[in-house]
Amino acid sequence: MKFGGHSVKRIEDERLLTGQGRYTDDIQLPGMAYGVTLRSPYGHARVAAIDTAAARAMPGVLAVYTAADVASYGGIPCIVPLSKVPTPRPLLVDTVRFVGDGIAFVVAETREAARAAADAIEVDFDELPAIASIDEAIADGAPPIWPEAGSNDLFLWSKGDAAAVDAAIAGAAHVTRLRIVQNRVAPTSMEVRAAVAEWDADAGFTLHAGSQGVAGMRAQLANAILKIAPEQVRVVTGDVGGGFGMKSFVYAEYALVMIAARDLGRPVKWTGDRSDAFQTDTHGRAMVTDGTLALDADGKFLALKAETWSDLGAYQSTFGPAIQTMAGGTIIGGVYRIPAIHNAVHGVITNTAPVDAYRGAGRPESAYTMERLVEAAAREVGLPVDEIRRRNLLRPDELPHANGLGLTFDVGNYPAVLDKAVQQSDWAGFAARKAEAARRGRRYGRGLCYYVEIAGGGGTEEFADIRVAADGRVEAAVGTQSNGQGHETAYSQVLADKLGIDIERISIVQGDTVRLDQGHGTGGSRSLVWGGGACLVAADELIERGKALAATDLDATDIDYEEGVFRARGTNRSTSLAELAAKHPQALDGRGRYTIPKPSPSWPNGCHVAEVELDPATGMVKVARYSIVDDFGVLMNPMLVEGQVHGGVAQGLGQVLLENIVYGEGAQLLTGSFMDYGIPRADDMPHIEFDTLGTPSPNNPLGAKGCGEAGTIGAMPSIMNAIIDALDGTQIEMPATPEKLWRVCRELAVSRAA
Amino acid sequence: MRIRINGDTHEVDVDVRTSLLDLLREHLGLTGSKKGCDHGQCGACTVLINGRRINSCLTLAVMHDDDEIVTIEGLGSPAALHPLQAAFVRHDGFQCGYCTPGQICSAVGMLDEVAKGWPSLVSEPGTDAVALTDEEIRERMSGNLCRCSAYPNIVDAIRDVAGAGA
Repeated sequence: MKFGGHSVKRIEDERLLTGQGRYTDDIQLPGMAYGVTLRSPYGHARVAAIDTAAARAMPGVLAVYTAADVASYGGIPCIVPLSKVPTPRPLLVDTVRFVGDGIAFVVAETREAARAAADAIEVDFDELPAIASIDEAIADGAPPIWPEAGSNDLFLWSKGDAAAVDAAIAGAAHVTRLRIVQNRVAPTSMEVRAAVAEWDADAGFTLHAGSQGVAGMRAQLANAILKIAPEQVRVVTGDVGGGFGMKSFVYAEYALVMIAARDLGRPVKWTGDRSDAFQTDTHGRAMVTDGTLALDADGKFLALKAETWSDLGAYQSTFGPAIQTMAGGTIIGGVYRIPAIHNAVHGVITNTAPVDAYRGAGRPESAYTMERLVEAAAREVGLPVDEIRRRNLLRPDELPHANGLGLTFDVGNYPAVLDKAVQQSDWAGFAARKAEAARRGRRYGRGLCYYVEIAGGGGTEEFADIRVAADGRVEAAVGTQSNGQGHETAYSQVLADKLGIDIERISIVQGDTVRLDQGHGTGGSRSLVWGGGACLVAADELIERGKALAATDLDATDIDYEEGVFRARGTNRSTSLAELAAKHPQALDGRGRYTIPKPSPSWPNGCHVAEVELDPATGMVKVARYSIVDDFGVLMNPMLVEGQVHGGVAQGLGQVLLENIVYGEGAQLLTGSFMDYGIPRADDMPHIEFDTLGTPSPNNPLGAKGCGEAGTIGAMPSIMNAIIDALDGTQIEMPATPEKLWRVCRELAVSRAA
Repeated sequence: MRIRINGDTHEVDVDVRTSLLDLLREHLGLTGSKKGCDHGQCGACTVLINGRRINSCLTLAVMHDDDEIVTIEGLGSPAALHPLQAAFVRHDGFQCGYCTPGQICSAVGMLDEVAKGWPSLVSEPGTDAVALTDEEIRERMSGNLCRCSAYPNIVDAIRDVAGAGA
């Protein structure tokens, strides 16, 4: 039987369901010491003096590190700086630039002793002016956080034809303009970050940490921070309790536990608490956009112009500057026919936590800007929201289409996906549902989104290291990293089909640089396309090696392979994969490298339809109906895909309705716990009607398109558009909290009465 | 103090400030119960004490002398899954798995509360028997956060088990 295309139950399930998962903090090693970071309570300050004597003298304390002690090490690298001015982020700082910046690292026999000692460190701060928002950062006369930059507007990136856009806007029949705020959100993986380091004079370092790819993390730790050969560092990632982009990055504690483990000659563990997570995990979104959409008299798009101020936080994070620019800024405009597009992005420095990739990493933000503009324009020119999209979506006969910002959309049937989604949502029944809600005194609205995303755009190759045991079991190590997506299952399906053997005979390994020192990790919805491709190459090469061995063993020139058996053509002589492996240990093993001559992303796309019901008396809003049709190309495991989509929708819904990271006066973090920062709960999630209408991707042998981030991209604009519709077109910004909605409902009631 | 966990009796000597969660994870090596916030705000540490669900990070170990504790490790094993664990597999009720031990312990406790007829915020006032609607399940499970948001499938899994038991 074929496994691909079926909802094979997850291989990883039983381990995780019975408490046998192995997450980083579950690791207990003999003689292990514990580290705690002392963090800045100020948003911006100079450390005038630091006295660690009392802390060092406390019982159980083994070491105390300050900025001076780790000055010889490199900082956390930004891989894509867009500014000539470096914004170096040391492991520990003597000038703090956001609440949570690390000042000292204390290691003790127990976690409690380390905490008590961290409290005993005396620090004198000279406070500096702290900047909490984009507005303050770019205001006239704002003091620059990085003086050498001269301004907090650190860089300007732009793409597209500005002159053509301005000309089109000047001559347009209608122009829609919106200022759109995309609130700062926290990824909040349920597993907080943790790290355990060991050191051995011969073997070097071993670091256990949750990551989205061990090879990349090792390179940054060894080359940029510790300045040693990568071979001296082994990075191991066990089970990961969610990452969503945030766990792609190296954090100071990962290097600090390594340094301490070497200095002390014993294992050192650091586990953050939820407060550490809210303060120091990278945040997402955090931007303001002025968007302009020009239309002709028929509602056809003529030009799109966007100018965005993207809050980078206090430092340029690992991929931070790239998120609204190279990663997501080129897809603004979606799969619409738009003759002229221009996108300009300012990178702005503030005294806040660094901002980086969060589920979608720039693509949800671009889709949100575009889809808000589309529905505002439809309302202004009097077109239904489905019809304005129908008039502007690219038709299959117009593909491939170059969008003018460097992207070329290859295949798809966007109008058909739109029509299917509209039908699935019971479009015609909306008026009756709205009337029924009105009878109960409720407002009711519908919003739509047509999104496209760039999936797997970041990688140009991937690796799979395949082995066959003497019992015929096949094991592959793949250079991506599951954070809960079910990669072990999906890759097993790919290999089972390719090798024609039962899925039970396959196991997947990940997360250890000893087993696989190459690989580009997980991010940008790349894993199935690239990791799956690597599995196919590795399996093909395995079969070829097997044929060569079988040719000798069977004394034949032509060998055929099928379902785990090699046969000499035209004879009844055969040998199995297991027999070959037993007879020729390791001779079948090898590493496959998957690449394509012109690496190209896949273009998942789809249509979300949201309906919301709003109680004007309380401002409470519920997503009443939710319907999705996606084009993910060929599905490997529909169940896993649906799970990814549910999770993606929830994170989009959370940003629209609940989530908001707030920095107050003095750049103080006001939302540092789940009491202040709401994430979706079971009762916030609607039933989701989900189907697909796939056009296979031509850029990979599986025909697959990434699906990990699509749900978020579609959910943000569709739910917000539905709320705006329920408010008769009143434009409001995320998060649409009950208080905000109640106020708008009051104003609408008053203006109607007047 | 003496504490019974998953049927085993443990004699332990702990600091009075030690939470039940830290006792389980740090002292007894039972790392199945997870720490997601240590403030009772996420539910990842949910265990059963004398059959009732509780956030083990919000209760001190020394308060449970002679109590009967059940953690995820005591509910089922890979060879013999608890019906709810099996239902989570069937319905794809989780992704990263970090909140899952808490979700399952919470669901076991919750179904018992429903069986006893305890009302929730969304129950019809004045009725003795609780009808386990999806709305009831969502409300009663809303103390267990899942950032991967397997909520729709968790609801399906619980409904499946509740239906089979009814």
